[in-house]
Order: sequence, then structure tokens, then C-alpha cells
Amino acid sequence: MPPRPVRPTASVPAGQAVPPSRLAEPVSVQVDKRRRGPGPRDRQRARRSRVARKWVAIGLFLLPALALYCLLVVAPIFQAFHYSGYKWNGLSSPTNFVGLDNFKRAFQDDVFRGALKHNGIIIALSLAVQLPFALGIAWILNQRLKGRALLRVLFFAPFVLSEVVAAVVWSLMLQPKGLADHTLDAAGLHSVIHDWLADPSIVLYSVFIVVSWKYFGFHMVLYLAGLQQIPKELEEAAAIDGATTRQIFRYVTLPLLGPTIRISVFLSIIGAIQLFDLVWVMTGGGPVDASNTMAVYMINHGFKRFEFGYASAVAVIMLMISLVIALTYQRFVLRRDIQGALTTQGR
Amino acid sequence: MATADTTIARRRPGATGRRVRRIGARTLLYVVAWIAAIATLVPILYAILGGFRDTGQLSTNPVALPDPWVFSNYTGILKSSTFWHQVWNSTLIALVSTALTVPVAALAAFVFARFAFRGREVFYTIFTLGLLFPVAIAILPIFIMVRNLGLLDNPLGVALPQAAFGLPMTIIILRPFFHSIPSDLQDAAAIDGCGPFRFFVRILLPLSRPVLATVSVLAIVGSWNAFLLPLVVLTDSGGWTLPLGVTNYSQQYTTDTAKVLAFTTLSMVPALIFYAFAERQLIRGLTSGAVKG
Repeated sequence: MPPRPVRPTASVPAGQAVPPSRLAEPVSVQVDKRRRGPGPRDRQRARRSRVARKWVAIGLFLLPALALYCLLVVAPIFQAFHYSGYKWNGLSSPTNFVGLDNFKRAFQDDVFRGALKHNGIIIALSLAVQLPFALGIAWILNQRLKGRALLRVLFFAPFVLSEVVAAVVWSLMLQPKGLADHTLDAAGLHSVIHDWLADPSIVLYSVFIVVSWKYFGFHMVLYLAGLQQIPKELEEAAAIDGATTRQIFRYVTLPLLGPTIRISVFLSIIGAIQLFDLVWVMTGGGPVDASNTMAVYMINHGFKRFEFGYASAVAVIMLMISLVIALTYQRFVLRRDIQGALTTQGR
Repeated sequence: MATADTTIARRRPGATGRRVRRIGARTLLYVVAWIAAIATLVPILYAILGGFRDTGQLSTNPVALPDPWVFSNYTGILKSSTFWHQVWNSTLIALVSTALTVPVAALAAFVFARFAFRGREVFYTIFTLGLLFPVAIAILPIFIMVRNLGLLDNPLGVALPQAAFGLPMTIIILRPFFHSIPSDLQDAAAIDGCGPFRFFVRILLPLSRPVLATVSVLAIVGSWNAFLLPLVVLTDSGGWTLPLGVTNYSQQYTTDTAKVLAFTTLSMVPALIFYAFAERQLIRGLTSGAVKG
């Protein structure tokens, strides 16, 4: 979005080409006389008061948002940094400063490293399975299918439900002899049946299934919106030139969908780093920490063991990971989109 | 002319073959799409129908329709005051936090969209960065702050932080919309002696009704589904919201699956109704920010 032009604040009316050496009084006086308006003093005063009024308006309009945001978003984030240097139970005020010990402890703790790894696995699986699936469905819906609106509503429905609802319903479906096992049994796939939520080697994948169920509709809707912005003529032109459906998708659709895909990948990564509600309700991070995530680990240490300083350090680690990913992404991936946007605007 | 005719004639057999294949491919697309859609619906249907079974039915045959239909799970919950308490708490918190976020964000978005001033983009970036930081990262200091303010077990203790964390998303959606309203309108209003605030309230907001509906729906649904903040702030069961209630209920009745499903279903009804009526707004809001590149 191009920034709006800044109102000129010098005493020369806009649009008057004046050589820099003659910027002083005479010119503007002359102009004013010709317009028979109020004298230069009055005009200056009027403009100054207008500028002042503008700043007052800006201040007043921005103040509530800034206050709310600084008090409850910015300040707590800085406080997390502050707390992370202490060994503290969260009750009195923190006094026992331990420097970077909390961070050292986290990275030496196998459980935390496991949680970090689990977040990584969820991210990798989301990018490799969930997003391509969402893209595939979006592509199908974009082929002018009948009932497309209804299908879109159905696919998006899980996103509207809370993670808690998803977790409770899915744990019941996945419990031994639940709906999942019954269905597999009926399909003659008895050997596939596992302890979906109790087997440490499987539980993380069960969680991933539920994450995908809940969120693929959101990514699908993003892709669909992106696909609908691609002019049909481009794909039709490629078809006339004899390109196959696959070639059209690969060489026309996919590149044009690039910006949407990159945003969706980014949102998916950031979301997976913060995965909490679903795991907390479904497994509590268990069995034997096999489905633990960083956020679950943090809440466990903060609110169950009252290690507020240590839990804050974990929060800071999560924040730093998000920030590094966001900045890297901004620098190396999104920049291309921004440049693209600028070149199409003719700059 | 003649050459054109021959080329058409030569192409024709290939074209019909392609058309047949295309019809086959389209059928395949329909099949895939509908299978995926039904698979997506299964958990929701399982919850709704499961509430109409008794637990015996659930363990012997969870797939077929309930036989007989059992209504006592639903009626029992609908008669319990706990459930309605939680509905009320959820509603109150959703309304308060939305009523805070939307006007406050609208004022800020108005400044970002229609004023030119030094530092504007810096401020705007600070707000957009908030998208990166969900409540989880700041939850410990927020808890301490809410405790120090004496707002533990108070709906405001949930609604205020929620409103603050809702600002980035709301501002990001509102700003381009406000920006797209022609500035001639504001100039004309200014000539008639209408200041920025009057312009904002009398002209901009009424013109922005659709986008305001969008951000309100997003805020309400977000608040309705929130879990972590209520979990930490609301320790007393009297103040619990529905997600907390659902979790607790499922732990309390671990053996009575049907009851849990009924409770879960009832808790998602408001969200589903909201979705049915505001699907357009929801989807438009969520995609408008992301699909710009």
C-alpha cells in the first residue's frame, strides 16, 4: 500500500516550483496578495494550529490502542525476559537472580529438547502433508465444481470449533474400541489398530492428525481465495497452447499462488510453535512426554511446579524462535513478494 | 477456409476423447472432494449423534444411527445450571472483549489509514508484530499482572488481555478498508466543518459496517474458543467458560462417553450457529489479510 503523500509544511504553497535560494518571504507574500487571502502571519498561525490539531487527534485516536497494547502485550513480553533471569516461585517478588542458568537448564533437559523436537515434527508434517492436502482440495474446489460453496463451508467448519472440542471428541474417537478402531475393524484392517493415544511412538502422529483436521480448512480457504485471484485467461491460454492440466498447475497456477503459499506456510509454522490447547486436553503431553510441546512444558513448569522464572525462560525461547523465523522469513522469503508487488505497481 | 475445415475435422476425434476423459476426471474430482468433506464431518457428526446414545451403544456400535435415540443426555445438561452458567460466562467475556477490541482498534486503524505523520509505519509495525506473540508467550507475566490488579476469577481478567491480543489482527484487517474509502469524502466533510472524529463516527464507521461485522465475528469466535487464558485466570469453577467446562466434564465423566459428547456438542452449538450465519464474514476476514502478497 503506497503511503499517502505528506502535506507540505513549509511556507510555500504546494505545486509552486521555487528555487531554493528564494524560498524566503517575498514569494509567498506575492502569492498571498494575488489571492487576496489573509496575511502570511495568519496563514502560518492557522497552519500551525491545524498541525497541532492533527497531532492532538492522532494522539487521542491512538492512545486507547497504545495503552491497552503496551500494558497487556508489550509489557508482559518484556517482563518475561526479566523473570527469565530469576529462580522464582511467582509468589513474592523475584530476588534470586541466576543469570542464564534457566536457559542452560532448559537446553540440558531431555524433556524440553524432546518438546522442541515434537514442535519441529509437527511443523515438518504440516508443511509436507497438511498444506499440500489443503492446496489439493482448494484446487479441486476451484474447478467450478457444483456445490463448491457448501463444500467450502464443510471443510472450514472444524476451524470454527475450539481446540478443546476437537481434543475431547477426537480422544473419544481414538480411545481403544472407539470409532476409529471400529471403522478399521469393519474395513478388515484389524492389524492397523493401535493404542492411538497411549503408545509413545504413535501419539504425536495422532495429535498431528487432529491438528490437520482442525486447521487444513483454514489453509484451504486461503488457497482458494488466492486461486480465485488468478485470472482464468492465463490458465485458458496455457490450455490452448496445449499444456496438460498438470503442466498448467505446475507452471502457471503454482507460481502465481506463491505469495499465498508463503503466507500460509508462515502461519502454519508460527501456529505449530504455540501448539497448546489440543495437546493439553488430549494427552497432557504424555504418555512419558511423547507428545509434549514447548507451550505445554512451559505451563506445566509455571503453574504446576511454580517455577515461574524457569517457565519464563521457556517462554522467551519460544518467543525468540518465533521472532527468528519471522525475521528470516521476512528477509528471504516475503521480500520477494513485496518486490513483486512494487514492480507490478510500476515502481 | 478449406484448411480450417480439415483441421477441425482432424481434431474432432481427439476432442471427443478428451471430453470423455475430462468428464471422467470431473467425476473423480467430485468423488475426492465429497469423501474428504464427509471425512471432515465425521468427528462432528460423531459428537452430535453420540450424545443421543447411551454409553453401551457407543461401545458396541458407534457407527450406525442411535437405536433407540436417547434424549436424557441432552435434556439433563440443558436442565443443569452449571451449563447455563458457563454459557453466560463465555458470552459475557466474548462480548466485553469484542466491545473493547473493535472500537479501540478502529480508532487506531483510522489514524494509520488516513493520517500522514512521522513514525506511522513504525507504530503500525509494532502492532503487526503482535500477531507473532500469542497469549501463550506472555501468559506468566499476564497472570502476575492480573493477580496484582485483583482480577483473578473476574471476567475482566480474561477479557482485557484478550482484547489487547486481538488488536493486531483487527487493525490489520480494518486499515486497508478504511484506506480504500475515498479521501474526497473526508475533504468534503472537512469543508462542511466536520472534524476527524465526527467524520470517523458519522461517515467512516457507517460505511465500514461489513468489515466491522467481520472483525467482530472473528473476535467473538476467538474469545468463545479461548482456553489458555481462562484456564489460568479463572480458578473458581463458578466463573468457568465453556471450554473449561468441557474439559472438566470430560475428566469427570470419563466412563460416560455419551454424556461427554452431549456436553461437547452443546458447547459447540453457538459457534456453529454463528458460523452458519456469518460464514462469509469469517472467511473474508481471515483471507483478506493474508492473500495480498
